[in-house]
Amino acid sequence: MSATSAQLTRYFQRLKREPFTTLFSLTQPVIWLLFYANLMRHADFKDATVADYPTFMLAGIISFTVFSNSLGGGIPLLFDKENGFLHRLLATPAPRSSILLSRFINILIISVAQVLIIVGLSMLILDTSIETGILGFLMILLITTLLGFGLTILSLVLVFSLSGHASFFALLSFITLPALFLSPALVPLESMPDWMRWMAYANPMTHAVQAMRGLVITGWDFGQIFTSLGILAVIDVLCLGLGVRVLKRHLG
Amino acid sequence: MSTAVIQTTNLRKTYAEKAAVDGLELTVKEGQVFGLLGPNGAGKTTTTMMLITLLRPDSGKALVLGKDVVTEADAVRKSIGYVPQDPASDRYLTGRENLQLFASLYEVPKADQADRIRAIVDLLDLGEHLDKLVKKYSGGMRKKLDIAAGLLHEPKLIFLDEPSLGLDVSVRRAVWDHIHGLKKKGTTVFLCTNYMDEAEELCDDIAIIDRGRIVARGTPDELKSGLGGDVVCISPSSNEEKVQSQLKETLSKLDFVSGTGQDGKKILVYVDANETALPKVLDAARSASIEIGSISYTRPGLEEVFLKHTGAHFTQRNEDVSGKPKKKRR
Ligand SMILES: Nc1ncnc2c1ncn2[C@@H]1O[C@H](COP(=O)(O)OP(=O)(O)OP(=O)(O)O)[C@@H](O)[C@H]1O
Ligand SMILES: [Mg+2]
Repeated sequence: MSATSAQLTRYFQRLKREPFTTLFSLTQPVIWLLFYANLMRHADFKDATVADYPTFMLAGIISFTVFSNSLGGGIPLLFDKENGFLHRLLATPAPRSSILLSRFINILIISVAQVLIIVGLSMLILDTSIETGILGFLMILLITTLLGFGLTILSLVLVFSLSGHASFFALLSFITLPALFLSPALVPLESMPDWMRWMAYANPMTHAVQAMRGLVITGWDFGQIFTSLGILAVIDVLCLGLGVRVLKRHLG
Repeated sequence: MSTAVIQTTNLRKTYAEKAAVDGLELTVKEGQVFGLLGPNGAGKTTTTMMLITLLRPDSGKALVLGKDVVTEADAVRKSIGYVPQDPASDRYLTGRENLQLFASLYEVPKADQADRIRAIVDLLDLGEHLDKLVKKYSGGMRKKLDIAAGLLHEPKLIFLDEPSLGLDVSVRRAVWDHIHGLKKKGTTVFLCTNYMDEAEELCDDIAIIDRGRIVARGTPDELKSGLGGDVVCISPSSNEEKVQSQLKETLSKLDFVSGTGQDGKKILVYVDANETALPKVLDAARSASIEIGSISYTRPGLEEVFLKHTGAHFTQRNEDVSGKPKKKRR
């Protein structure tokens, strides 16, 4: 545990040194709320009813923000790997899991801060609200955690199996847009072409969006919530299994 | 009497069909400064990486402090320290924050951390820079910081991969003094180096490796004697060949002389490492009534040992890299 907190301390010390990076990444989702929400306010989705686009979009923006954060969760280790710092970390008796855990917690804390900003701002400037109230908000944070966990591990897997940072960033930007479009983050699942909808089901973001959207718009639908939580949990377990295998091979 | 701290049997690591470490058999005794010497690409870093559990051997076995580096990696990591060849601290943290991080990762009790950091920092003279960001450090300061971090937890065995690379003379001296100090405390030091003066100054025991194989092994003195001992170079003032061969004949009969040779007018007399050889040779010449023109005494250093065992392809490889031959040694 102390190894995890020592590494977490490191990540936050770095964050503190780069206030502008922090500021930009924390406020980046605001761009979506400010521009995209207003752009789409009067859009008409023929197969589904979207009463208020900003409210509709809230779950999508939260999920996409968590998705990008987590998939980028391995970036510090990418550079540690290239400049030799990782070798020094690995030569210490720190448990291998602490490397993973400290990245996950670091990303989770940043994500939660962003979710707070997104929800707060969209209440303030877009007049949205969460139907299920504070408990629903806590459930949104739980979904955030489940979505982020698997993806952070996936990010670490990429860091360790790709040859260097160039291919990592190429792959990251290659994945991000399709993942956004192959999800109901910005449009209702029902309005998607069939073949895209089927692909969207394989996307963890889809399940996070569906559950959160229910909590924001309609209320407590436990069938929906538990299905989504279950699927996300299965994805997490699969990612963890893959992660343990890859990290065992690369981290010894 | 003293036990083996490192013991490898037939250790092997291959990169893309090229053996970086090729059947290494190594024993390092407790409390010694062990030097692993070898030209660039010989396999020193690869060996170190296997011993510190970061690289899995393709075959063979390595025990560090009695623990297997593959199956008991955690136990090995707890009791060793490691300073990499290239400085690798977190550039966006201060020196102190880096040291605190490693102190925690090496499980130094929180209460002791500040004292340990202060002590090591004073020793390496890093004090005034401690709260600066590492990205503002010079190369030598970074190296010192890494050395400090590797020693914080006072390991029983420390791996130093080219510790004085890029250090100025006085810091190098300080690092050497520190290594002497470690030895006094009973710490075993595994030192990879390319610097013969460093090996000469510090090492109790040396292995020279080349292309992943040990080509020479022994104490510095043993290795140097292995070259055929010290050389007395003597020439008579007369240019007559008869005088020269007479001198050679006379000297070769002395019991402490292991062989003789001739290089032009000069007679080379190989003697066992022996401080009294010079006067004895002079006496012998005088009693044979041969007048001596000049005489000198050379003791081969580790550099000669190193070149003898690795020399040939060492220069060849440098040519490969730079495209033109490096200054040749005689
Ligand atoms: N990751 C790697 N992939 C492929 N080959 C490697 C790798 N690391 C080392 N090698 C090769 O293994 C051999 C031994 O390299 P190593 O780094 O152990 O040498 P060294 O003795 O430490 O050299 P130097 O004095 O230059 O540090 C070299 O031929 C090198 O090219
Ligand atoms: Mg090396």
